[in-house]
Amino acid sequence: MSEAEHHNAHRWAGVLGWVSAGLGVLQVAAPDTVVRVIGAGDRPWARRVVRLIGLRELFHAAVLLGSRRPAPLVWTRVAGDAMDLALLGRLMAEREDGGRRRLAASTAAVTGITFADIVTAVRGGHEPGLPPHRLTNLRAAITVNRPRREVYRFWRDIENLPRFMIHLESVEPIAGGYSHWRAKGPAHKSVEWDAEIIEDQTEQLIAWRSVEGATVRNRGSVRFTDAPGGRGTEVRVDIDYDPPAGKVGLAFARLLGEHPQQQVCDDLRRFKQVMETGEVARSEGSPEGTRARRQLFQRPAQPVR
Amino acid sequence: MKANCWMGRNTVEVQDVPDPGILNPRDAVVRITSSAICGSDLHLYDGFVPTMKKGDVLGHEFMGEVVEVGPGVTTLRVGDRVVVPFPISCGGCLACENGLFSVCENSNPNAGMAEKLLGHSPAGIFGYSHMLGGYPGGQAQYARVPFADVGPIVVDDDLPDEKVLFLSDILPTGWMGAEMCEIKPGDVIAVWGAGPVGQFAVASALLMGAERVICIDRFSYRLQIAARAGAETINYEQTDVLDALRDMTAGRGPDACIDAVGMEAHYPVPAVHAYDRAKQATRAETDRPYALREAILACRNGGVVSVIGVYAGLIDKFPMGSFMNRSLTLRTGQCHVQRYMEPLLARIREGALDPSFVITHHLDLEDAPRGYEMFKHKENECNKVVLHPW
Repeated sequence: MSEAEHHNAHRWAGVLGWVSAGLGVLQVAAPDTVVRVIGAGDRPWARRVVRLIGLRELFHAAVLLGSRRPAPLVWTRVAGDAMDLALLGRLMAEREDGGRRRLAASTAAVTGITFADIVTAVRGGHEPGLPPHRLTNLRAAITVNRPRREVYRFWRDIENLPRFMIHLESVEPIAGGYSHWRAKGPAHKSVEWDAEIIEDQTEQLIAWRSVEGATVRNRGSVRFTDAPGGRGTEVRVDIDYDPPAGKVGLAFARLLGEHPQQQVCDDLRRFKQVMETGEVARSEGSPEGTRARRQLFQRPAQPVR
Repeated sequence: MKANCWMGRNTVEVQDVPDPGILNPRDAVVRITSSAICGSDLHLYDGFVPTMKKGDVLGHEFMGEVVEVGPGVTTLRVGDRVVVPFPISCGGCLACENGLFSVCENSNPNAGMAEKLLGHSPAGIFGYSHMLGGYPGGQAQYARVPFADVGPIVVDDDLPDEKVLFLSDILPTGWMGAEMCEIKPGDVIAVWGAGPVGQFAVASALLMGAERVICIDRFSYRLQIAARAGAETINYEQTDVLDALRDMTAGRGPDACIDAVGMEAHYPVPAVHAYDRAKQATRAETDRPYALREAILACRNGGVVSVIGVYAGLIDKFPMGSFMNRSLTLRTGQCHVQRYMEPLLARIREGALDPSFVITHHLDLEDAPRGYEMFKHKENECNKVVLHPW
């Protein structure tokens, strides 16, 4: 799906939000008119139901207009549409007189709206440029007060990576740009995979991806640019990966305080420490160095041993 | 070894804890000869600084003798007598290179935690909560000093501990408070808080050429010490501060105002105090900013407000209208201690400064709990407590 289509979906979702707002206000403020127009005039409960539906529409409006990326939230409207269609269908079945024509027209209108809602929700459902499944994206950036050449070289020597990515146990280069990675997974499980460097622009960019059949499918890149005014090197990391055990595993890891986004940020912070000071800062409250989980469950700040 | 540990709100306990050792190549271990209780330790004691843990070793003003160095330390040797600055600073980041040691970018291993409250993380600090690193402090017999090749300064044996100990924090802090005022001839400086930092700010402002320094507090014995350092004084429980300052400066207001009070200020108007106290108790704001509010209102148009009192989080009712409309400048910071240690040591050595005048009590480390109580409640005219661990 293209970036433009994706953007359009969000715009449409906003329009649908305003439609909900208009309908909601109308249904709450003037339920009798609405009841007459859709052709359910003689039902004694219709007025109350229309008011309730109006409140629901206002809820749709609130979630859609309140979100910066509203397209996936259009699914709430789709659920509402299904309810409306069911109600209209029931009314149709009970009626034989002239009101039926109005009901048919209303049903057709709601069907059309439902179609628009579904299209918007589906189009806005996943980000452009990625296959529509569960790859998790992580980005982080840091400024390192060292020359770009030095920063790039340290990273390019991939055996160095476990020095600051503490979840990695080892990275061993194999011939031809390939390497073998071993990492600590959630719940003390070890995971291993092979990766290859797919792009290497000296002092600018290193990109890698796991090879076919890896347990943790992943790809990523790290970019190096000069920070302005001699402030060192800006390092930007962008990683897509398939978390072990999928979304459930991710939620579980999050629960244990090992949020992957936090991990990447902490990894970069340690990278900066190693580059600028030669060591990873360790306090007695977290003697093994920064670790997301440690930030939740630290021991008292007393000497270790 | 023995160490003074934070055990919860209003409770400290001297406990036996493991001896520290070298964790990183640039570490040193110091056998502590003197350690002080700081006013900012009272914020920990009173439970207003988040992320303290039961058992944390307190203390960030200490000095002693180097007994062990890591392989990466080339500037210190075993046997050196050192004063250790309270901010832990790496020396290699851009902040350290620019002399902004208290915002070192590498010394807080819990930077992620600090970022959540503060946006960006400052440096790690000895014995000052896990948010600021989770480093054990120096109210103990020994301490590990990270990045020992950057912070500690070697002092000669002929200078007694009590003259150089305060190079670790309060003397440079008071000095920096005055320095941020950019004092010019004729300037009148007002200092809120006549605790040791305020007293040093008074002395520093006068050394920098201030015409007059006015010090504000509610304890007459502290005001007397400030007066001996050269200040005129206002007891805010007896006199309206804004009126008095307007009167003393013939309507101009002080050219610069130093807030040496911070988050646990007191205020003579019970309603205002009750309002902030209630918000603080319910965690709706962390800090009581009376001194800061008053300093802003009092300052002359176009003047400087210099904040060296410690604030932890969020304040309420900041007088932004006064601050903006009157072209004020706000300058702040935990002290960049490393920047001031050499020049201040030189002044001590040549006799221009003797910081020991703030000390009122010497106690054994074992008596730290009594020291905290006495200092908190200002009993026995307590101004500054020095602990002796051996």
